[in-house]
Amino acid sequence: MASITIEAITKTFGTVPVLNDIDLSIADGEFVVLVGPSGCGKSTLLRMIAGLEDITAGEIRIDDRRINEVAPKDRDIAMVFQSYALYPHMTVADNMSYSLKLRKTAKERIAEAVGAAAGKLGLDPLLARRPKALSGGQRQRVAMGRAIVRHPKAFLFDEPLSNLDARLREQMRAEIKRLHKSIGATSVYVTHDQIEAMTLADRIVAMHGGIIQQVGNPLDLYDRPANLFVAGFIGSPAMNFVEGHRRAGAIETDDGSKIAIPDGVQLAEGQAVTVGIRPEHVRIVAGPEAGSYAARVDLVEPTGFGTIVHVRLLGQDLKIYTLERGIAAVGQPLHIALDGARLHVFDRETTNRIG
Amino acid sequence: MTRKRIVLTLLHRLAVLAYVAFALFPLFWLLKVSVTPTSLLYTEGIRLWPSRASLEHYAFVLTHSSFPTFFLNSTIVSGATAVIVTIVASLAGYAMSRFVFRGKYWIVALLLLTQMFPLVMLIAPMFKMLSPLGLTNSLTGLVIVYVAFNVPFATFLMQSFFDGIPKDLEDAAMIDGATRFTAFRQIILPLTLPGIAATLGFVFTAAWSELLFALMLISGNQATTFPVGLLSFVSKFSVDFGQMMAAGVLALIPACLFFLLIQRYLVQGLTAGAVKG
Repeated sequence: MASITIEAITKTFGTVPVLNDIDLSIADGEFVVLVGPSGCGKSTLLRMIAGLEDITAGEIRIDDRRINEVAPKDRDIAMVFQSYALYPHMTVADNMSYSLKLRKTAKERIAEAVGAAAGKLGLDPLLARRPKALSGGQRQRVAMGRAIVRHPKAFLFDEPLSNLDARLREQMRAEIKRLHKSIGATSVYVTHDQIEAMTLADRIVAMHGGIIQQVGNPLDLYDRPANLFVAGFIGSPAMNFVEGHRRAGAIETDDGSKIAIPDGVQLAEGQAVTVGIRPEHVRIVAGPEAGSYAARVDLVEPTGFGTIVHVRLLGQDLKIYTLERGIAAVGQPLHIALDGARLHVFDRETTNRIG
Repeated sequence: MTRKRIVLTLLHRLAVLAYVAFALFPLFWLLKVSVTPTSLLYTEGIRLWPSRASLEHYAFVLTHSSFPTFFLNSTIVSGATAVIVTIVASLAGYAMSRFVFRGKYWIVALLLLTQMFPLVMLIAPMFKMLSPLGLTNSLTGLVIVYVAFNVPFATFLMQSFFDGIPKDLEDAAMIDGATRFTAFRQIILPLTLPGIAATLGFVFTAAWSELLFALMLISGNQATTFPVGLLSFVSKFSVDFGQMMAAGVLALIPACLFFLLIQRYLVQGLTAGAVKG
């Protein structure tokens, strides 16, 4: 087990910049999730830690040892690929023991290690099979088994669940979390799925356009997103954004409605801002009250657990997430209140959080 | 099945049958003439099978001609060419498929360039080059020439096979602790066996049936290959068809055996199950 330090890492493919001055330190035993849309550079960063991608500038260290020039095989890390990358001409057991064989581990030790890993992942009955005789979920498990069979310094996961169906993904997600709890190894996990990021991470690194947007524990990112990108990326259904300007002691939206400025937020007169409010922080109230708005229901999406209600308000398609059922029908007039303490205000020019 | 489908299937089968008959008929004729005694060859007219079949031509070819030597020469030349070309093309094809390197574009262009000339144009310069090196009239010389002319195409062939193998597999192997070469040898190569078999087969048959260079570069009997040997049945005044056809049938045997050996790999889809699917 080990810590990983990434210092001023830059990567360009030809003249195309992919990663720009990335700094990140990952503590021993920590589970860090790199999350962002495709093309944000998260997979490239992971592959650089693995040694599969050259480093244009900067330094990566594992346990204070500079590894920029160290071959992947000497970095003592394990990686789970999105495609699983199982060796098709080898049995499950051979797939899992390949790394140990390359290290010239004694036969009995190999059998023991493979047995233990197979037991942990429920692979015992499959050991003699070839990958093509396995289901997607089983292949995923074998890929995990191949990673845990030798106790590497760190685990790297490159979107390991993206090829599974929703149900299996949920199941494996919990399993990965359990596995990390029991093994406690330093893990770096790449995903574009914010739910995976939220549920698995000790710390989330949100990336966009080759730049780290925010680093923090999942609830921090959820409660206090540092900028518009993080606010929009984390959370489902996604945050509502309303554009406006500060005018006469309030925020005036583009359609002329007013939103009270939350406590402790300093805005210059005329400053262009974007106000963010999560759908679960928009309330449907019984009748008109101070600061409430009148709106009509546009669309209702029941999810079973709750309901997403869309209304036309503040010049927006505003989403409301409520746990109550049957309180809204399309066309019905509603009174809406925003939870003032839960408003996020962003500078529209810099896209950074003001408060 | 509907009536229409039955008719379509029937038509399809008939078309395939017609094609197979068309393709195999010359082979059948080869066999027919090879077992027809010389006395009957011109007297019986055109018929599908002679009234009396005999193996006399085979016996003559095997015992009274240099064909066993030609046979051996061809086997050596074709075998050596196939093996060398496949090894070179595997390594080159892998590099083409996986690496970006300086001059790659020009190397590809040069490889293609070699395929553009009619070979006849190159015979004179080739002879001029090989002669002072003592490589005319030698099997080694033939192997060198055949390797040179087969490597480009075989490289492209192997490259396409490597392109079909996911890069993730070597990445995984290298993280598992393999060097690039170990990953190539233990992971990629076994998965390319169908491609290697196809390349071996292609090059072997190309070398086996090559006539032009063999005819021009070889003069003595001791280094003559099979196709050139077949020409020896054409004399100034007559052609001994029976013996020529018997030799031709014998020439088919190694090629058939070779494909029998590699066909297992040709049809196998070994990469199934490597990645998602």
